[in-house]
Amino acid sequence: MALIRKDFRLELRTRESVPAMLLFSISTFVLFHFGLDRDALSGDLAAGVLWVTLLFAAVLGINRLFVSEREEGGFDGFLLAPVDRTSMLVAKATVLFTFLVVVELGVVPAFTLLLLDPPLWPALPELLVVLLLADAGIAVVGTLVAALAVQTRARELIGPLLTLPLLVPLLTAAAQATAPLFDEAGALPAPGSWLGVLGLYDVVFGLVAYAVFDFLLED
Amino acid sequence: MHTPSFGRGLRALSLLSVVLLIGAFSMVFFYAPNDADQGFIQKIFYVHVPVAIVALLGFIAGGIYGALYLWRGRRADDLRSYVAIHQAVILGVAALVTGSIWARASWGHWWVWDEPTLVSFLVVFLLFACYWPLRFSLEDPERQARFAAVFAVIAGAFVPINFMAVRLAQSYAPHPKVFMATGGGMPTSMFVTFLLCLLAVAVLAVTLWKYELTSKHATMRVRQLKRRLSADSSGTTVGRSAAPQQI
Amino acid sequence: MDAKAAADSAIELDGLGRRYGERDVLTGVTLSVPMGSTLAVFGSNGAGKTTLLRILATLLRPHAGRVRVLGSELPKESWALRGRVGLLAHEPMLYRELTARENLLFHARLHGVGEERVSALLERVGLGRRAEEAVATLSRGMTQRVAICRVALPEPELLLLDEPLANLDPGASAAIEPLIGRETGSTRVVVSHDIDQGLSEADHVLGLRDGKAAVLAPAAEVTRAQIAELYR
Repeated sequence: MALIRKDFRLELRTRESVPAMLLFSISTFVLFHFGLDRDALSGDLAAGVLWVTLLFAAVLGINRLFVSEREEGGFDGFLLAPVDRTSMLVAKATVLFTFLVVVELGVVPAFTLLLLDPPLWPALPELLVVLLLADAGIAVVGTLVAALAVQTRARELIGPLLTLPLLVPLLTAAAQATAPLFDEAGALPAPGSWLGVLGLYDVVFGLVAYAVFDFLLED
Repeated sequence: MHTPSFGRGLRALSLLSVVLLIGAFSMVFFYAPNDADQGFIQKIFYVHVPVAIVALLGFIAGGIYGALYLWRGRRADDLRSYVAIHQAVILGVAALVTGSIWARASWGHWWVWDEPTLVSFLVVFLLFACYWPLRFSLEDPERQARFAAVFAVIAGAFVPINFMAVRLAQSYAPHPKVFMATGGGMPTSMFVTFLLCLLAVAVLAVTLWKYELTSKHATMRVRQLKRRLSADSSGTTVGRSAAPQQI
Repeated sequence: MDAKAAADSAIELDGLGRRYGERDVLTGVTLSVPMGSTLAVFGSNGAGKTTLLRILATLLRPHAGRVRVLGSELPKESWALRGRVGLLAHEPMLYRELTARENLLFHARLHGVGEERVSALLERVGLGRRAEEAVATLSRGMTQRVAICRVALPEPELLLLDEPLANLDPGASAAIEPLIGRETGSTRVVVSHDIDQGLSEADHVLGLRDGKAAVLAPAAEVTRAQIAELYR
């Protein structure tokens, strides 16, 4: 799809979002190390640190998501083309999702190396499921909020301000699902009800985004 | 143009809410028994729970009017949505304060994190508090109305999801669900009193909602007439505002 | 206006109005532009020219009056116009970090136009050599040429041009003529500040003052002084 390819090409050219998100995450781990004064984490503390870090990194990406569209007239160019408007939502959510996955490819090993106490391997398959479910939710809500915030005057304020409360249920579910995976006594299975909450979150906000996104584009 | 009359039935509603409030409070103090465990302080729940429930309904109503605005495009629905959220945030402050007082009295802390209803309420409250910064940073009034409506719809859908997630999160820690469980184990006198309180607060909220709608609408009309009188066709520029400026 | 004339009009406005808040940006603009003709729009800054173009491009919805563009009623049927209307605005609508060719290829995909047309257009405006450079490094005149290629790409039936010759040298003006000029055969709405140039290529003239049509006549009947009056 042309929109997605264009965004990837832009990111490859400018290297604006993904490296910043990655660096930011690793700095946050260092901050947590000093802030908590702990060398190794396990259980729900480990899960909480990982997810709070990922969410803050996601906020950086969300803030940049539509900036090139807004500043360079990309919205108008897109609206003049014979393309369904929902494709902008799909394209941007896919781009954000991919950015998150790429960032996590760096962040999760870094987290294991720097802070995680129990071994990662036994937890990995289930952690992947949690990560992907959560990324989908962040991508949908993030795209929605980014499209809303980018047209406001104080967009670098409005974006994070709206994103954080909206992602609280997602953070709760993701952290709760991850905590048993990082258990000191060895990885326990992730509770299915939390995966269910993540899935429900994705579906509900996917539908809401589909319903309202068009209104953020027209004038 | 579609001009609604917000003031209709306002007098009757005002009288009704006064009567209901007096009735509800007399029942709280003279009819409902003191709680066996918690004593007098438990009576704060007759205020706290109805206020919190009505605030949540107000948020959802804001979302519904937001959706109506997107669907029908009538500016009056934007105003209704705005005022509903405005009222709900004020009620939200009341709910948080009364909840906090009760937590202090019964657990010795002003804030208790393992009370899921309290926590989810705080998150919802924080989200809706962003409504004003969002509106304020949109200058074009049309876009302001449209984006605010989109936000109201998203946030309205967020309310149930959030409550579910946070409630599930603390399902291990059992806590007193004073009225939430449809009065299970509660004496009938308490339950009847509670229902009357809920009704009184709900009617009061609707009354206040209509008052604010009428007042905002009157202000708009006055400004319009003033402009017409000064025969200034280009229009006086209104300062930036988070509130809807016309319908 | 009879039914036959209506069918031959590319643009038909009846009492078009648009507000920004409580301020009227456009009021009561009524006109009709026949298929294949050129309408020149004049007016000082803030007279409503840009707003008019954006409404015709379906980017803004009208607040009052009837608008028909290429037979579609706005805003109801605006979807039917996508890809048939080309807008050349002040901002080039190009991604600065991408090259000229990448930008055009992106729009070509959005519009379902073949890649060979992109190369042909770049060649035509004399950008063959610099097509692989990021738009950010191009001069304003160069950027304007790329933007004109973008507009011409899907061969739109209606061209909305906001100062198309801005930043262009005379040689370039000749090069772009076949892309967005009269010879395209498209209906054109051209905003211009160059009175002589604007009048010379127009069939009809619209002069806007404070959002109202102050001048509206066939180009042959409009004098230079009438237009100059608008900018006073």
